[in-house]
Amino acid sequence: MEPLDTELEDGALELPSDPMHLNMGPAHPAMHGTVRIVLELSGETIVKADVQIGYLHRGFEKMCERGTWAQVFPYVDRLNYVSPMLNNVGYALAVEKLCGIQVPERCQWYRMALGELARISDHLTCDGAMAMELGAFTPFLWFLKAREMVWDILEEETGARLTHSFGRIGGMARPPTDAFAEMCHGALGAIINIVEEGEKMLLNNRIFVDRLENVGKISGADALSLGWTGPCLRASGVAYDIRKAHPYLKYDEVDFDVPVGKSGDTLDRFLVRLAEIRQSKRIIEQCLERMPKSGPVSVDNPWVVLPEKEAVYTTIEATIQHFKLIMEGAKVPAGEVYSYTEAGNGELGFYLISDGSGTPYRVRVRPPSFLSTAGLGGLITGRMISDVVPTFGSLNMIGGECDH
Amino acid sequence: MLSTYAPMFMIIAIATLIAGLFYTFATVLGPKNPTPEKMMPFECGSDSVGSRGVKLSVKFYLTAILFVVFDIEAVFVYPWAIQFRQLGWFGLASMIGFLSVVAIALVYVWRKGALEWES
Amino acid sequence: MMSLSETIWAVVKILIMVGFLFNVGGLLTWLDRRQSAMIQDRIGPNRAVIKVFGIEFRLGGLLHPLADGVKFFFKEDFIPPRGDKLLFAVAPILVMAPVLALIAVIPFGDKLCVDDLWRTTDTGSLLFPAVPRYGSCLIPVARGGIAAIDLQVASLNVGILYVFALAGQGIVGAALAGWSSDNKFSLLGALRAASQMVSYEVTIGMSLVGALMIYGSVRMGDMVRWQGDHAWGIFIQPLAFFMFFMAAVAESKRIPFDLPEAESELVSGYFTEYSGMKFGMFYFAEYMEVVTSSMLLVTIFLGGWQLPFLHRDGLTIDIGTWRALQLPMNHLTVTAIQVCTFFGKVLFLCWIQCFVRWSLPRFRYDQLMKLCWRILLPLSLANILVTGVVYLLLDHAGPVLGNTLQMIGDLTQAVVAIAITYFVLSIVIGLIRPTRRTSWVVGSTAKLAQRFGGTPRSPRMQA
Repeated sequence: MEPLDTELEDGALELPSDPMHLNMGPAHPAMHGTVRIVLELSGETIVKADVQIGYLHRGFEKMCERGTWAQVFPYVDRLNYVSPMLNNVGYALAVEKLCGIQVPERCQWYRMALGELARISDHLTCDGAMAMELGAFTPFLWFLKAREMVWDILEEETGARLTHSFGRIGGMARPPTDAFAEMCHGALGAIINIVEEGEKMLLNNRIFVDRLENVGKISGADALSLGWTGPCLRASGVAYDIRKAHPYLKYDEVDFDVPVGKSGDTLDRFLVRLAEIRQSKRIIEQCLERMPKSGPVSVDNPWVVLPEKEAVYTTIEATIQHFKLIMEGAKVPAGEVYSYTEAGNGELGFYLISDGSGTPYRVRVRPPSFLSTAGLGGLITGRMISDVVPTFGSLNMIGGECDH
Repeated sequence: MLSTYAPMFMIIAIATLIAGLFYTFATVLGPKNPTPEKMMPFECGSDSVGSRGVKLSVKFYLTAILFVVFDIEAVFVYPWAIQFRQLGWFGLASMIGFLSVVAIALVYVWRKGALEWES
Repeated sequence: MMSLSETIWAVVKILIMVGFLFNVGGLLTWLDRRQSAMIQDRIGPNRAVIKVFGIEFRLGGLLHPLADGVKFFFKEDFIPPRGDKLLFAVAPILVMAPVLALIAVIPFGDKLCVDDLWRTTDTGSLLFPAVPRYGSCLIPVARGGIAAIDLQVASLNVGILYVFALAGQGIVGAALAGWSSDNKFSLLGALRAASQMVSYEVTIGMSLVGALMIYGSVRMGDMVRWQGDHAWGIFIQPLAFFMFFMAAVAESKRIPFDLPEAESELVSGYFTEYSGMKFGMFYFAEYMEVVTSSMLLVTIFLGGWQLPFLHRDGLTIDIGTWRALQLPMNHLTVTAIQVCTFFGKVLFLCWIQCFVRWSLPRFRYDQLMKLCWRILLPLSLANILVTGVVYLLLDHAGPVLGNTLQMIGDLTQAVVAIAITYFVLSIVIGLIRPTRRTSWVVGSTAKLAQRFGGTPRSPRMQA
């Protein structure tokens, strides 16, 4: 007689079942930034995943070619709309590199402080949203409360909460307000308190850690070959931070650490972002300390910098200067340049070509999210549907950057 | 006998009535203006691919079978639990015998990989 | 046949229970929002408004459940054209009706002696008699009195089994809803719902066995009386309490067990295609399930209507053989306190469940199933064995140990009494103490608004 319990090979017991095709997105609660993932499911397991971007499309790079160099600033605001200030600064640095302009010291510190504030808001949003999509709504709203403090400061400084358009070629639109340092000190302490509270709530929670650990794992080599940068790459153990590797502004003069993960899973990406919030706080504090209390924030170069508003109304020279800069744009010498900064999600590069006129000939953006989203399909294949949510959240894909 | 059960039937009837009323009101009061797009099954704005009558993974059925096995066992345990004090040590010993069979079954399905849901 | 008075009493009891369930279910939708707002530093619901003579009443958002209900009824009714129309219609009814019917066996008070509530003396004044702690009413049925009434809709001998039978129907409703919706998200949600509820059904059943062994009855009234005489179930079967609590939350499909309707994964899960009040029925049934599961937990583990040291004849504080206090009370007062106690405990557990919902993230499917089959099921089996051995050992241990156990039981009652007093006091203090609101205002818009006296109807902001 045959034994009932024969040792079968793996999968031999599995009855044939059809794969189920499921569209996740573009109109899906977790797919912020309108991504569409076409999933092929077996039970709850993802057999094949096809990530499709492009539902948010504006022709960003083409739009840049029809205005002046300064008119690109509002567009870069809408690249990574969670940390617009970093894009502003990145673009301003690129144009200045092409023009060969060095902004005054005060402006450099100011740009760093504002940029790090934006980085805090970016990381808070990413980590909070990730927790929320796992069902932990409360830490998300706490993190948003902290982000609100950042935005309050940015609003006070720039006049706008989200799309600041605050950068200028050769400086910033306005000097820092008198209360800037005081506001930052007040907010940073409160933000760190909130982050610690949220951390306690999430990281002491077995469910949360289990949901993230060993999910969406990627090795440092794989991440590099996909072109990842920023927190996602650092979580995989590669300590590459442009602020350290190729310092710009005054990053070589401030003291900060680059947090690096070990295993490259979703939990590491979450933790790296939290650690970077603390490092940003350190940087901002040093900036505030070393930023000159007075002095110009823009270069003294009438060819690129707008004159004082008062002077425009009272003197003919300023009126003409204003007219030329607005109507024709600042003349950027012909040539090409690639300039890159560390944005919220990694290397934000601008490749600019100028033909010597007041209008950019070509603006090519190297957005960090575009490349990290390319790795999403590989990370979720073979996992379960539920794993899509934290993996996608931890990559912090921003629709505006994937406009290609 | 009937007077004990009558209130139970009453409440079941009332519960069904309330739920039915909710449903009827929702059907009667709600406006209806269907459009072809509205009547599409929701799949995040994309057209649905494949039929919904797919063969499902056998894992789901396995759970149902496990449920039948272990819930039936609970049915046997209940009468014993009520009479436990009267049955004493002998009752406990026989129940340990029964439960160990169940435990062996649990270990068996565990070892066979029926309690793996990862993939 | 039922007599007229019996019928009237049955209707009254059904009205009390169903009314409570309905109102608290609606109230919970408000509590969920209000409480989460408080946890999350938000203002919370405050938009629904009712105008009486030009004065606006907002009642802290209490009108929202009402507004929601009205809105739900007048929402467009949607039936998927390619789905199964009959099953699609039956599903919400199948989800909602069992939850309502389930409360039939839950006692909300001790036996009520109608004749002993009050009596008119010869002089015309009212007299409120007290009844003995054990035994029947003062006027027995033989002498023309009405039989004592169980404050329980149907005092069934199957008791808890009836609850299991009806609670199981919810699975059918959820599975049918997803299957008949002609939508893949619904289908996946239904599969998840079915496997999750079916799995936790086993835990619910097995975790209670230990408790039933000790109570020796499936009648809910007997369980509560046993707890009043000895100690509350949570002290005797702590493990079972937590397992049952977990499984009950899983059955009501709320965070951390809300996988079947996980918004960020399956949009709305098995009721994605439902609209208006048909969706509302699922939603409302979920909240009512919170109430019924709280009722079950209270009855089985938290002493039902019992308040520590409060017996049928009044307040008697006994610790072992030492009598600390005796305060006789009349039957009417005792009954009123007990009924309020039951509903108070239910509200407390509902509050806890809302608290849990806003503090935890959700499980993944495999983690959820593992928790059930690999941890809870073996634990509940072990619980049965340990309970059996320990109980029999203690049972044969002799009178000295028995007295000690009774003493320990009394002490647990004392602990509960202190905890309840502390809880009630802190609520009262919390309500009386003036709240200090501060908010962080830096932004230009906020400053502008502040200069004009703050935005209307918001607390004055302090910079």
